[in-house]
Amino acid sequence: MTALLLRDLRLSIRAGGGALIGVLFFMAVVAVIPFGVGPDLNLLSRIGPPILWIGALLASLLGLDRLFQADREDGSLDLMLMQETPLVLTVFVKCLAHWLSHSLPLVIASPLLALFMNMDALSVVATALTLLVGTPAITFIGAAGAAVAVSLPRGGLLVSILVLPLTIPVLIFGAGAAYAATQDPSPFLPPFLYLIALTLIFAVIGPLAAALALRASSD
Amino acid sequence: MRFEAQALSARRGEDLLFRDISFALSDGEALVVTGPNGSGKSTLLRVLAGLLPQEEGTVRFVDGAEDRPAREACHYLGHRNAMKRELTVEENLTFWADFMAKEGAAPGMDIDEAAEAVGLAGITHLPFGYLSAGQQRRMAMAKLLVARRPVWILDEPTAALDVKADAMFAGLCQAHLAEGGMLVAATHQPLGIENVKTLVMKGFEYGE
Repeated sequence: MTALLLRDLRLSIRAGGGALIGVLFFMAVVAVIPFGVGPDLNLLSRIGPPILWIGALLASLLGLDRLFQADREDGSLDLMLMQETPLVLTVFVKCLAHWLSHSLPLVIASPLLALFMNMDALSVVATALTLLVGTPAITFIGAAGAAVAVSLPRGGLLVSILVLPLTIPVLIFGAGAAYAATQDPSPFLPPFLYLIALTLIFAVIGPLAAALALRASSD
Repeated sequence: MRFEAQALSARRGEDLLFRDISFALSDGEALVVTGPNGSGKSTLLRVLAGLLPQEEGTVRFVDGAEDRPAREACHYLGHRNAMKRELTVEENLTFWADFMAKEGAAPGMDIDEAAEAVGLAGITHLPFGYLSAGQQRRMAMAKLLVARRPVWILDEPTAALDVKADAMFAGLCQAHLAEGGMLVAATHQPLGIENVKTLVMKGFEYGE
C-alpha cells in the first residue's frame, strides 16, 4: 500500500500530474475577490474565511475526475481490481495520495491568501485548521463521484456537479467554524466537531461507494 | 492446482456473445483461444480475470482448501500495458512488484533479472513513455515475472513484437508452464508453445 501511495504522489508531481493546478486556481479565485468587492477592509476580513473555503472547495473539485480515469486508460485499474487487497483499501490510499498532493497545498497556501482578505491572525489559523480537517471529506466524497464517472471521457464537470450537493454540509460547518473563531457570540467548537465527524463518516462511506462503483463500471 | 471454467456465457449489450464455454487446466497446461475479430476472445479473458461479470457459469481456481476468487490467482496482460508513461520502467516495475506481492508467497523476480529476461536490461532508468511500442510491450511482460501468479491471462500478447521477441516470449511461457503454471492466451499468431489446448470461438452463432 505504501507503494501505491508513493507512486501516486510521484505521478502527481511529474509532467501532467496537475498537483499545482488546484493551487493556482485557488490563488486566482481569492486574488480577484478584493478587486471585485472593493477596498472595504472590514467587509473583506468578515467575508475572508467563507471566500477561502469556497475557493478551496472549488479548487479541490478540479482534479478529482482524474483520480481513477488515468489508471483506467492505461489498464492499471484492471490489475488493481484483481488483487487480493480489498478494493476499498486501495481506493482509500488513492484518496489519501490525492489529498496529500492536491488538497494539502491548498491548506498550506491559505494563510498566504488570507493576507489578501485582511484577516487577523486568529482567523487565519482557524481557517487553515478547518481546511486541514475538512478537505479530506471533499476528497472522499469526490472519489465516489470520480468512480461513477470513470468511464466517461469528459467526466470532469459531471463529477463536480454530482459531488457538489454532498459537499455542502462540509462547506457549511467548515466556513461556520472558521467564521465563529473571530465572531464572539458563536462558539467555535461545535461546528468544528461536526466537521471532524463529517470527515470521519465520509472516510468510510466514500471509498466504499467508490469501490462498488468501480466494480460495476468495468467493461 | 486447477483453473477451470464451467458453462460460461457472457453478454455484450443485448446479445449473448458466447455460451457454454467450459475448460479445465491443471499444472503446466496452456489454452490458446482463437477465432475471428469480434468473436468474444477478449470478453472471455476479461470474464476469466474477474473484470466482467458472466451471465452464467463459474470460474474457479482450486488450490488446497481455501476458496478465494479466481482473479487473485491470475495475471492479466490486456491490450493496454498498465504502465505509467511518466514513471521510469524501474519505478513502474517496483510498484507492481510491491503492490501485487502476497504475504507468505514466494517473491517474484528481481527487477533487473526480469528486464534481462525480456531482453531489455540496462534501460530500466528511462521513463516508460520514451520506449518504442515493442519495448513497452516487452516491459509489460516483465510485469508477469516480478510478481508470481499461477495463471497468466494474455490478450494478444505478441502484438507489436518482432520475430526475436516472439521467440523470447515463447521461452517465458515455456518456463512458466515448466514451473507448473497455467496460461490462457487469445492470439492470432501461434505462440510457439507445445502441447496446448485450443478453443475456437465462433462469435455470434448463439445470438438470440
